[in-house]
Amino acid sequence: MITLVALPILIPFVLIIGMLVCRSDKLARWLGPVASGLLLLLTVVLFVFVQKHGVLAIQMGGWEAPFGITLVVDYLSALMLVVSAIILFVIAVYALNFLPDSININRFFIFFFGLAMGMNGAFVTGDVFNLFVWFEVMLMSSFVLITMGRSKDQLEGGIKYLALNLVGSLLFLAGVGLLYGKTGTLNMAHLAEILKNDDQAILMNTSAVLFFIAFGIKAAVFPLYFWLPASYHTPNITISSLFAGLLTKVGVYTFIRFFTLFFVHDPQFWHQILLVVAGFTMVAGGLAAAAHYETRRILSYHIISQIGYMIMGLGIFTPLAIAGAIFFTLHNMIAKTNTFLVSGMINKARGTFELKEIGGLFKESPLTAILFMIPAFALAGVPPISGFFAKFILIKAGIENGNYVITAVAIFTAMLTLYSMIKIWNEAFLKKQPGNGNPGRSYSFSFAEYFPSVLLGIVSILMGIFAMYVFGYTMEAANQLINPDLYIETVLKGIKL
Amino acid sequence: MNSVILQLAAKYLKWLFIVFAVLALIRGHNSPGGGFIGGLMAGLAIVYNGFAYDTFRIKERLQNFPEWLIAGGLFVIVLSFFPSLLLGETIMSGVWLKISLPLVGELKLGSPLLFDIGVFFTVIGVTLMFIFSLTQKR
Repeated sequence: MITLVALPILIPFVLIIGMLVCRSDKLARWLGPVASGLLLLLTVVLFVFVQKHGVLAIQMGGWEAPFGITLVVDYLSALMLVVSAIILFVIAVYALNFLPDSININRFFIFFFGLAMGMNGAFVTGDVFNLFVWFEVMLMSSFVLITMGRSKDQLEGGIKYLALNLVGSLLFLAGVGLLYGKTGTLNMAHLAEILKNDDQAILMNTSAVLFFIAFGIKAAVFPLYFWLPASYHTPNITISSLFAGLLTKVGVYTFIRFFTLFFVHDPQFWHQILLVVAGFTMVAGGLAAAAHYETRRILSYHIISQIGYMIMGLGIFTPLAIAGAIFFTLHNMIAKTNTFLVSGMINKARGTFELKEIGGLFKESPLTAILFMIPAFALAGVPPISGFFAKFILIKAGIENGNYVITAVAIFTAMLTLYSMIKIWNEAFLKKQPGNGNPGRSYSFSFAEYFPSVLLGIVSILMGIFAMYVFGYTMEAANQLINPDLYIETVLKGIKL
Repeated sequence: MNSVILQLAAKYLKWLFIVFAVLALIRGHNSPGGGFIGGLMAGLAIVYNGFAYDTFRIKERLQNFPEWLIAGGLFVIVLSFFPSLLLGETIMSGVWLKISLPLVGELKLGSPLLFDIGVFFTVIGVTLMFIFSLTQKR
């Protein structure tokens, strides 16, 4: 049963082999969504087990904890796994209708599952070097996905993406080396235990700074986010949505993991820096999003702005704030992906992403408008939907802890978010079609094309309505992160189920 | 390139490469070596031969060969997970089978060796894929 923990990695792995051998588009069209659905089911089962047992750990190959590679699933990992599996499933369905013919769907799904494997691996691993490996798996798959359309700007975006992320990987590796040199271990639980009882923890600052920059690049925080707007608007919208929902959030996940589990020796310094970075990230991303008039660019900059909130929760560093950060991450993955999906639908209806050339969609397709409204309101933080509660928790935590400046910045950025969402709403849906008022083409969507966005919209609303439960889970996750004793014990003492 | 010396050397050296590759593969479990290094050496043998006799001729013959090697290698890796699972141990645990053969003596075969063989073929496949794409004429 404990092998379940390894399955989120193994299932995509087996699928990749299957699709390499059997190069059939028909099979890929079936296998992609069905297998992602299976993955979703599996992660839900994992989550149920985590609820029962607290933390699940498996020692790969039977090598005991500090020596072998450990896979651990706690509340945070389980929540991330479930939500990212929802996104994977939705994108797999979306790809069937929105992937252009120039992209071979079998090839797409090979690298789609490569990305899934790397991401799930990053979520479940309990070993710092192993985490590096999963990051590389993700990086390679996503580079191939970006350049899949083989156009010049995709290659340019892809190379920028690859180059800046490789710098991140290099710094990550250097940080891993320093960490290993100082402590002699790379097992996260073992590291936490060593650093907890060590008065020389100040020496960790060098590797902490390396990890900070490396994860900063992965998560696209303020001075390090340049790869994101340079690359996210180039690939096909299916692939953009996949990245928007998943890539940066893995960086945020590692931020939360590292800066709660073992870089906690100097919270005055590190978490202050996190707060400053978070503030600048929010404002810089928000302002850039307000300045652009191409949906994908607006939404890409907006991703950055939202990353700021997640880092803000980590920077305040109280259980409530961390719960808020996790809640925000989960809500954002769903809502952000959904806005990208709808922008893909707008593109399909009008053939462009430029807001200045689009208009009148509300009359033509009211359902699309509603589908855009749900994630847009969620992101802006309108009450019944998920984003309100995420922001509410974060702002409450900020005020309780006396971080007034960052709280003010967060509220100000919420206005910017609202502005950029209203901009898309006004331009694409409300205003008349520019020119003679005739779009020159009309397109009516089938149910299969609506389905992914509808599903994500429902998840968003449910997360808002049942915010109590979701908050309960994230609070549980935050408590596990603040008091990592159970985590450490499960990994090191090897509690058998 | 059409060099008689290179071609003659390749004719004998490729076998030497392959012998050493297999050697590195088999001794890899407890000594330096293993599937990755062995795979690189074996890939080198094929590449060396390809350069001596003109890579492009090889490429036509081996059109989808690298992909099949990668898929096959990965498949063998997955196979190596099953012995430990079937015995109810943690996944990827080493399971060893001892057989005694006449002349050779006692032979220890295990799932780590199977895993290494999988890596071996995957690495050959990846090496060939690199070389094929780099030497492609556009």
